[in-house]
Amino acid sequence: MSERNGTETLLRLDHVTVRFGETVALDDVSLSLRRGETCVIQGAAGSGKTTLMKTALGLIKPDEGHVYLFGVDTLTARETELNELRSHMGILFQEGGLFDSMTIEENVGYPLVNMKSLKCPPGEVLARVQQALDFVELGHTLEKVPSELSGGMRRRVGIARAVVTRPSLLLYDSPTAGLDPITANTIMALIAKERDTRGTATALATHRYQDGFLLANYRYNAHTERLEDAGGKNLHTMFIVLGEGRIVFEGTQQELETSPDPYVSKFAKPLKE
Amino acid sequence: MFDFLKGPILSIQTFFLLSGRAMVNIFRSPHYADDISLQMDIIGVGSLPLILLTGLFTGAVITLQMSRALNTYGASGQVGNIVAITLVRELGPVLTALLVAGRNASGIASEIGSMKVTEQIDAMRALGTDPVQKLVTPRLLAMATMLPVLTIISDFMGLVGGYVVGSVLLNLTTPTQFWSSAYQALEYRDIAQGLIKPFVFALVIALVGCHAGMNTTGGTQGVGRATTQAVVVSSVWVIVLTFFISKFFVDF
Repeated sequence: MSERNGTETLLRLDHVTVRFGETVALDDVSLSLRRGETCVIQGAAGSGKTTLMKTALGLIKPDEGHVYLFGVDTLTARETELNELRSHMGILFQEGGLFDSMTIEENVGYPLVNMKSLKCPPGEVLARVQQALDFVELGHTLEKVPSELSGGMRRRVGIARAVVTRPSLLLYDSPTAGLDPITANTIMALIAKERDTRGTATALATHRYQDGFLLANYRYNAHTERLEDAGGKNLHTMFIVLGEGRIVFEGTQQELETSPDPYVSKFAKPLKE
Repeated sequence: MFDFLKGPILSIQTFFLLSGRAMVNIFRSPHYADDISLQMDIIGVGSLPLILLTGLFTGAVITLQMSRALNTYGASGQVGNIVAITLVRELGPVLTALLVAGRNASGIASEIGSMKVTEQIDAMRALGTDPVQKLVTPRLLAMATMLPVLTIISDFMGLVGGYVVGSVLLNLTTPTQFWSSAYQALEYRDIAQGLIKPFVFALVIALVGCHAGMNTTGGTQGVGRATTQAVVVSSVWVIVLTFFISKFFVDF
């Protein structure tokens, strides 16, 4: 694994193409993400956001191009090596991906127990699970099973499971999809909180402009325990818009908002519509 | 030109890849003992009432059907012989396998299929677990252990059913004659055949169920399709394989 310093590239997609039969899900996609950076990936349903996330995680092998996780090419890495790399990453799946036959405690503790490279002593698991659940304000749900929780709560448990290993790279796949605006804002606040308290690199796939806007313009203040306006600093946030598997836009929030492309502009100012 | 063959060939390829990985994993760590015992409970203990009941009535109905033919030839004393051979060689393994396929291949396919469409399989991989090691290998081991045991129980219950009808209800034979002719009818090759079949069927049922589940696509509708496919494919293979195994034992 490459050295871990402030400018280290944690994730790099290099001309990645993914096909499912005749369908091209990702077409010549390149991007990179460094520590402390945020990448907001927007696009319509079926534009390739989820495929991009799964390819970045090494769950889908690209047909062309390369994916480098912490400097390691996932195409040539063995599954055991990928597992070691994944122990430095957290992922929130679109559907939550919680194991419905396990309690919340077992779900959140799952990576600590099963990722051997983390070397988490069994005696520490419960404390770290509790800490992660407290982070998402669900510390009282240890004994419950996912079906007893609401959709928003399940996403928050998914965030707890993603952050319990204290990863340096976090991928969120449509974390606010299908949620009411209040719950969606709570989820986004938690994502910003995790990013700003631990300085993690964050990739967020979403179809909501508001999600990217929040990450680009707000930061979590640990003293006041609230999100605050970052004063237009954009917090190293890059916006990408996917269309039919291709990157049709890449740039800052300002560039996104002034884009003349009719497809791109749909993801720029939905608040005014 | 042969594009229509792509799908089936790909499916066969993925089936054998999955089977190979599941079997190799038997000898690799980590071993999920809790999952194996849970699956043994679901497959073995869960199927027991069904197997007891069907085994009993299968033996009873064979005796009932054979009674007229045997009486015609004055060979009613051979009823234990016929029930034992029919059950141990063929009907016990096949009927048990078909029932377990209906009950458990569908259960396996729907459970794993639901996990697939709700991204739990992806989550498992993302969280450092090989889904084949965690989901497929325990089901394969549990099925390979429990189906032969269920078959033995089914065979025994069939003999009990045959005894009740043959000796108690129809008075075709005395109890001693029934059990003694049943015992003497069976050779070691019959026992071998009766145990090899459920073992092979177990591999097919577990792997077909897991393969259908792991390749589920298309949401809840896909889960339904996978479940149906698992039952149909495993049942057909049970019938096909029993012919070839029987042929092997007849020839050698």
